[in-house]
Amino acid sequence: MTDRMLRIRNLDAGYGKLRVLKNISLHVKSGEIVAMIGANGAGKSTLLHTIIGLIRPMSGEISFLGQACDRAAVGRIVASGCALVPEGRQVFASMSVEENLLLGGYVLQKEKGRAAVQEELARQYLLFPRLKERRRQLAGTLSGGEQQMLAMARALMSRPKLVMMDEPSTGLAPLIIRDIFKIIRQLREEGNTVLLVEQNARAALTIADRGYVLEVGKIIVQGPATDLLANSDVQRAYLGREKIE
Amino acid sequence: MKTRKLLSLTALALLTAGLHLFTVLSGTQFYLTQLTMAAYYGLVVIGLGVMMGYAGQISIGHAGFFAIGGYLSAALTTNDLTPFLAPGLIRWLDRVGLLVHGQDIFGDPLMTVSPWAACLSAVTVTALIALLIGGPVLKLRGHYLAMATLGFGIIVYRIFLASPFFGEADGISEVPGFQLLPATGLLGPVIISGDAAHRVLNYYLAWGVLLLGMALLLNLIDSRAGRALRSLHSSEEAAEAFGIDTARCKVQVFVLSAIYAALAGSLLTHFNGGIGPGEASVMKSVRYVALVAVGGMTSLWGTLVMGVGLTFLSLRGVFGSYDDVVFGVILIAVMLFAPEGVLRGLFGRALQRFLPGRQT
Repeated sequence: MTDRMLRIRNLDAGYGKLRVLKNISLHVKSGEIVAMIGANGAGKSTLLHTIIGLIRPMSGEISFLGQACDRAAVGRIVASGCALVPEGRQVFASMSVEENLLLGGYVLQKEKGRAAVQEELARQYLLFPRLKERRRQLAGTLSGGEQQMLAMARALMSRPKLVMMDEPSTGLAPLIIRDIFKIIRQLREEGNTVLLVEQNARAALTIADRGYVLEVGKIIVQGPATDLLANSDVQRAYLGREKIE
Repeated sequence: MKTRKLLSLTALALLTAGLHLFTVLSGTQFYLTQLTMAAYYGLVVIGLGVMMGYAGQISIGHAGFFAIGGYLSAALTTNDLTPFLAPGLIRWLDRVGLLVHGQDIFGDPLMTVSPWAACLSAVTVTALIALLIGGPVLKLRGHYLAMATLGFGIIVYRIFLASPFFGEADGISEVPGFQLLPATGLLGPVIISGDAAHRVLNYYLAWGVLLLGMALLLNLIDSRAGRALRSLHSSEEAAEAFGIDTARCKVQVFVLSAIYAALAGSLLTHFNGGIGPGEASVMKSVRYVALVAVGGMTSLWGTLVMGVGLTFLSLRGVFGSYDDVVFGVILIAVMLFAPEGVLRGLFGRALQRFLPGRQT
């Protein structure tokens, strides 16, 4: 059980009376890259928002590192080692790159002090030298790829054990997407666990160990990433490889 | 960054002394009165500037907070408490020394709250009111937040206008000077009042308060809490995902800016020796918003310079009876032609390099 970093059982969640997620069960093991694929409106982002605590689940359980966290505040969940790279990057456009990163360490600074944040900042600059070059620049003036890197580095500032990424490839050029996915793989090599939500199913499944397919709020297929890539249903729906006879 | 902050604060201190010197050399010491008042209004404007420019939350009700601070301070220091002497609380207050015994103009005994206690309670009550209405009101965004705060401002205005306790349309006059420090050696007692004898002292006091308020805000926006505030402006969603309690942040900055307004209201009321319902009017709130906008929203220094400068001109009567018109036009013109603020528009990036407290 200890290797189950994140565990979700029978989760229902949504907005107001609208139930978006229906009876979701999944797990993420330590050191894995898990891909969650699905079309627009399938509930992928809702799932990540529920895990990080932005949305209260209607029913079901979420446990992170063996502790129930379905009623915890976002700050507590972030402090316990879970971080979200939000969809569309959502960098703080009118603040500098460095200030964005410092905000990522908001909880860390409270828990461990300023020195820990500085240490983490140095580590991010090592991982993303481009960000160091642009540390004084306003985040809004960065290119899309750079903003995505900033969003990732900002999430890493909280020293997460599990990094959840919400569609990191949105709106980026194919070459940049390749860089971003390279970084995701690199993150895993450094001991992080990644839950990757993507519409770009092929790219996600190529770097993932396992995958889940979410369709209108339900998980319809799951399994090793290679199996999903070979699965004809998945191919037809998400990989665009159906042969027209 | 730190040295730049220190440098700019030193510059403000030098400017204060420089303005005094100028009035002495040019024989225009009477300017000091308006400069003092302008400094207190400047305090309101920078407090609102942090909330509007940095946290991105608008308030068209700040004259309300200013007036609550001023009116409470005035009412507590002028209304006679003698009829209430019997109740235990008043007697206890008297024993602790928070009450002042005097005589009114007819020679009858007059028992009032001492200015210190009045000012402190005025600011505290205002902070509590801000806390109380901040929770529900700050859930609103954009136009709705503007409407709600506007409504608050109007309510406060009508209450002061209608209540006999606050002097109805006449307001409250004969507010005593505020003794900050007793006489010591060379210096006379430090009193906040518009008395010509205290003119210079009051001028330095007001600008000192402004300097201190500015230093606090500059420190705030560079701190962890300040960064959290500024993140609200860009993306509340992302801010929440990093564990920032955005709702609490908003209320905190709302209360902080209300405290700035109330403190300014209280001190200015003691300086002027009175306050009227005009201070609570919507036009005043709009004026504060306009001043923040001309200052350039995310530039505390710009806000301070434009806030104090334009208020001074207005107090000197430069705009004549078109006073409110001028501020309305300024607001429209800034939004249309210089949304980044007039200073930034005129002097561009060159100036920015020397001013801290903004995004580099």
